[in-house]
Amino acid sequence: MRDELLAIIEKNSRMDLKDLAVILGVEEIDVVNELAALEAEGIVCGYHTMINWEKTNIDKVTALIEVRVTPQRGQGFDSIAERIYKYPEVRSVYLISGGYDLMVILEGKTLREVSSFVSDKLSTLETVLSTATHFILKKYKDHGTVFTRKKEDEREMITP
Amino acid sequence: MRNPLAEKVVEIKPSGIRKFFDIVSEMKDAISLGVGEPDFDTPWHIREEGIYSLERGRTFYTSNAGLKELRQEVCNYMRRSQGIDYDPLKEVLITVGGSEAIDIGLRAMINPGEEVLIPQPSYVSYEPCAILAGAKPVIINLKAENQFRLTARELEEAITDRTKILILPFPNNPTGAIMEKEDLEAIAEVILRHDIFVMSDEIYAELTYKDKHVSIASLPGMRERTILINGFSKAYAMTGWRLGYACGPENILQQMTKIHQFAIMCAPTTSQYAAVDALKNGDEDVAQMRTAYNQRRRYLMNAFREMGLECFEPFGAFYVFPCIKEFGMTSDEFATRFLEEEKVAVVPGTAFGDCGEGYLRISYAYSLENLKVAIGRLEAFVTRLRSSR
Repeated sequence: MRDELLAIIEKNSRMDLKDLAVILGVEEIDVVNELAALEAEGIVCGYHTMINWEKTNIDKVTALIEVRVTPQRGQGFDSIAERIYKYPEVRSVYLISGGYDLMVILEGKTLREVSSFVSDKLSTLETVLSTATHFILKKYKDHGTVFTRKKEDEREMITP
Repeated sequence: MRNPLAEKVVEIKPSGIRKFFDIVSEMKDAISLGVGEPDFDTPWHIREEGIYSLERGRTFYTSNAGLKELRQEVCNYMRRSQGIDYDPLKEVLITVGGSEAIDIGLRAMINPGEEVLIPQPSYVSYEPCAILAGAKPVIINLKAENQFRLTARELEEAITDRTKILILPFPNNPTGAIMEKEDLEAIAEVILRHDIFVMSDEIYAELTYKDKHVSIASLPGMRERTILINGFSKAYAMTGWRLGYACGPENILQQMTKIHQFAIMCAPTTSQYAAVDALKNGDEDVAQMRTAYNQRRRYLMNAFREMGLECFEPFGAFYVFPCIKEFGMTSDEFATRFLEEEKVAVVPGTAFGDCGEGYLRISYAYSLENLKVAIGRLEAFVTRLRSSR
């Protein structure tokens, strides 16, 4: 049940417990217990909402920042990653293989806000060797959800 | 002027679905639970193979029987899913949908007046295709008390000296019924004893929600007397690509290929290239769709239980077949009123044979959200009917 439950709530965390129980073919109490276990084990870490901010009046700027750092003795990349992810404006931090070390996803209200974060806070960290900032111009798809179109059911109404 | 038409064609009843389709298409804002095709898009990697094949200019005929690579993949699939070995060069034919295979299979095997056994409720084209092939269709009325499975006894009673072929439509459209291994073994014994042939339409083989589908062709002695029909429409959500196939003994397949060669030439080339990728890399997609269908199936069964609507639990395809006899209406009346009053289209069971009377086919090839809306309306309708009595 666990894998199927995770697959469902990753797409739709709002489905009520009764429906979850029905479609998984188990009792409601089993779903409650499994969700509690998943939360306790740190597997389910939150129940977020997909928002296409571009359609609202709220301005947001998102940037992907490639960061090259000097790993520290005994701690590798973890402590520098922690320094960076503690900033609330940082949405995500990933350790990346390839040409740079950390990918930082940053969200701000304006271009200026993002660029001053990079120049004032990020690049001034001792272990940061270099940064390259890419601003996101348009989101087509995020977390498996396509933002750009809503698909109509084009099938015939009745087919054998 | 002389009558230009062939009597045997004119005499074929128009599909019951067609009639209902005309009513529905008049209605602007109706929602439908009436389709017999997946709601999923064909997985992108499969579509992409189709696109690539066009870009590379692969726009010619393939060999009559279909791309060799595709026939090989079909054989690989049959080996890994059913443990049956077919020779890709002589025992496989790629067709325009499973439907073509039904048509030419019957034409290849029937002599005038020979009987074809057709269990109903079932897909709409077996009976007309049998008639067009010159056969006498003999209907076996399946029963709800047997979960719409075909029993050895029902089969035995329908067999005469003229019986040539049994059509075996499982997993079944419209009932969702399946035949499990024991069920198949029971009828295989009858089939062997009477020396008849089987056309096994297994187009929904990948969509079962109990044990894995078992083909009758995998039972001892059955491979050499079975045409196994399958295709890409349901498993890979590829209805519009029009691609199916038939596997069977060389002597039958070669005659089918002859008809196909003269009538069709070859199945669509683009679809064939896409289908190679479907069989090679599509297992995970099929598994995901199957899981989604199963969730919806459970949702519907639970909804019927809650509203007290009688329905046997189907374990195949993407249909449920609830019984509406308690309302004292025909399937047609019920479906028409449900459409008029609640604007939801379902298909009367009678579209799939007279013994579908008293039942509805409800498709769950719809998102859970859509099903919820439609089921809400069904509940309102059913409640109103019950309180008005």
